[in-house]
Amino acid sequence: MSIHFDIKHNPKKAYRNLGLVLVAAIIFPFIAANFGNSWVRIVDLSLLYIMLALGLNIVVGFAGLLDLGYIAFYALGAYMTAVFASPQFSTILQSFVDNYPSVGNALVSFFGAEITQNGIHLSVWVIVPISAAVAGLFGAILGAPTLKLRGDYLAIVTLGFGEIIRIFMNNLYAPINITNGAIGVSGIDPVKIGGLSLAGEAGSHSTVFIFGMGMPSVNAYYFLFLALCCLVIFVTVRLQHSRLGRAFVAIREDEIAAKAMGINTRNIKLLAFSLGASFGGVAGSMFASFQGFVSPESFALTESIAVLAMVVLGGMGHIPGVILGGILLSALPEVLRYSDAPQMALFGQIIVPPEIARMMLLGLAMVVIMLTRPAGLWPSPKHEDRPDADVDAPNQSTDVVKV
Amino acid sequence: MDTFIQQIINGLVQGGMYALVALGYTMVYGVLNLINFAHGDVLMIGAMTGITILNLVQQVAPGLPGVVKILIAILGSIPVCIAVNVAIERIAYRRLRNAPRLAPLITAIGVSILLQTSAMIIWGRNPIGFPGVMPSESFQISGVFISPTQVMLLVLAVLCMLGLVYMVEKTRMGRAMRAVAENPRVAGLMGVDSNLIIVLTFSIGAALAAVAGVMWGAVYSSAHFAMGVVPGMKAFSAAVLGGIGNIYGAMVGGVVLGLVESLGAGYLGDLTNNLFGSQYQDVFAFLALILVLTLKPSGIMGERVADRA
Repeated sequence: MSIHFDIKHNPKKAYRNLGLVLVAAIIFPFIAANFGNSWVRIVDLSLLYIMLALGLNIVVGFAGLLDLGYIAFYALGAYMTAVFASPQFSTILQSFVDNYPSVGNALVSFFGAEITQNGIHLSVWVIVPISAAVAGLFGAILGAPTLKLRGDYLAIVTLGFGEIIRIFMNNLYAPINITNGAIGVSGIDPVKIGGLSLAGEAGSHSTVFIFGMGMPSVNAYYFLFLALCCLVIFVTVRLQHSRLGRAFVAIREDEIAAKAMGINTRNIKLLAFSLGASFGGVAGSMFASFQGFVSPESFALTESIAVLAMVVLGGMGHIPGVILGGILLSALPEVLRYSDAPQMALFGQIIVPPEIARMMLLGLAMVVIMLTRPAGLWPSPKHEDRPDADVDAPNQSTDVVKV
Repeated sequence: MDTFIQQIINGLVQGGMYALVALGYTMVYGVLNLINFAHGDVLMIGAMTGITILNLVQQVAPGLPGVVKILIAILGSIPVCIAVNVAIERIAYRRLRNAPRLAPLITAIGVSILLQTSAMIIWGRNPIGFPGVMPSESFQISGVFISPTQVMLLVLAVLCMLGLVYMVEKTRMGRAMRAVAENPRVAGLMGVDSNLIIVLTFSIGAALAAVAGVMWGAVYSSAHFAMGVVPGMKAFSAAVLGGIGNIYGAMVGGVVLGLVESLGAGYLGDLTNNLFGSQYQDVFAFLALILVLTLKPSGIMGERVADRA
């Protein structure tokens, strides 16, 4: 499959195929819109998942550091947007005034009446770099204590980190109300590009007019996310074969050897963590603006696992594979949401509710694909670029008796 | 002072449950060097089956004392948990023993999701209540309250751990287990059937998880499909805290973690002037885990180093 996109050896064919994919991606929403906006919406979300999966791929696929708390960075980005682009900030100031009047009044006089009344409404394009930076910083903070750890220990620590972030999101509403707790923050500003709101102007039935041409809001977001996705793909492709990308792979393959080759493994690992995290932060900001609402529920452990599953099942470290994994795992299960009718027809009742069927499919896919294709559905064609070439695995064997 | 002792008691109860689950992690890690990520869900299956059996017992023999009913529920859920855990080993781990490290981890997460969704289909999405079979009034000893359920849990935990220690230290099977953990190849040359030992290890872990699961349900008087995730993570933290691969470490780690959590949650509000309250209890386990792994990766009693993971 990968020969169709091999730019190095068959550039003509590769560029033609890439072009075809891009054209198909651009035409898609116009066709899908005929079947209702929900389909485009599903694809919007799966584009966000692809961004996330590509970010996680830097950490897990390139650098070989298993991160199970990745969704925490997505959450950080989303909450950054929620606080700085919604009326939420006035609630924060109010809770300061109520609980710590001296601090609160100082803050109120600092920010002025306008912000105290309506909250901060920064443009999302200002927030995106901040989100990326904050998520990247947290990535490095998470990375620092886990530098010495490998494999499954790292997995557990990152899992714990993800849980800690979720607990804080759930509980940072008293005495100082920052996240609004389990209720979540609503009324987040939509993305605006040069004064054009992608949610559509008021009273337009969420239709966006570009050059006098109307299109549904979800389509406008689709093109934005598609453009961002292409940017992320471009960055990760360039990263993969750069000096830094090769350092990541070297650490993944053999840390000691990498160190001997003069790679500063500590800095490179931290960089991998924060780079991956900042991608997550950007995707999170986009998610918050797109949904207009965030709550801790969107950032549960299962989401981290779903993103990891996309990376692993698609083919760790192989960008086209990761994209495939992202599309398959985020879009296909949504089809199961429409499985009510066939189930009613077949069994006369709904045996497996669609939401459960979606999770079940995810679990089943993880088990079956790992057992049959441990390198993923679309692994890297070169053996040395595959993370499954584990050097010190043999001493793990307990398989004394032939199974 | 009374509050302090009360928190100690609560911590011991919590720690006893963590220890039982942590033993399952640590024993599997000892023989296979892998984290059984689905172990928390085995605990959940134990709790759910336990409640189902308990409801049956309530209908068939309502006159029995509460302790006996719960014991019946535990005895009934043990075989179910063993079957589940052995099936997990067979399906998700056995074929991947020589695969790269990530592979069994991913299948384990997959199995965990499958177990949760199956539980959702069988028992529904909403929490199911634990029948109130135990007397609800607490014993009061000089201002400290301890409920009969908590007493039963402590007794059971101690008995299970003593039994496990006897088995591992004194019996032929325990010796075989230690041999496989030490060096599987040499153990095989000495005539130990390592596959059998691995299945046994998973079974023992599952049985302990079943006990912990039913008692977990009894202490919190409810159970639901996702209840195993957080206890699983915390019990793993406990196992690491004590030194993974070491069964005494798991016991000590579990109790220490329980105490840290309950004391931390009890005094956090006072210490931070109510800025943070007991709702941050769950953070302690993970902070402890991160601290231990950073400062002393081999844990309190462990001789293994984290790098082997």
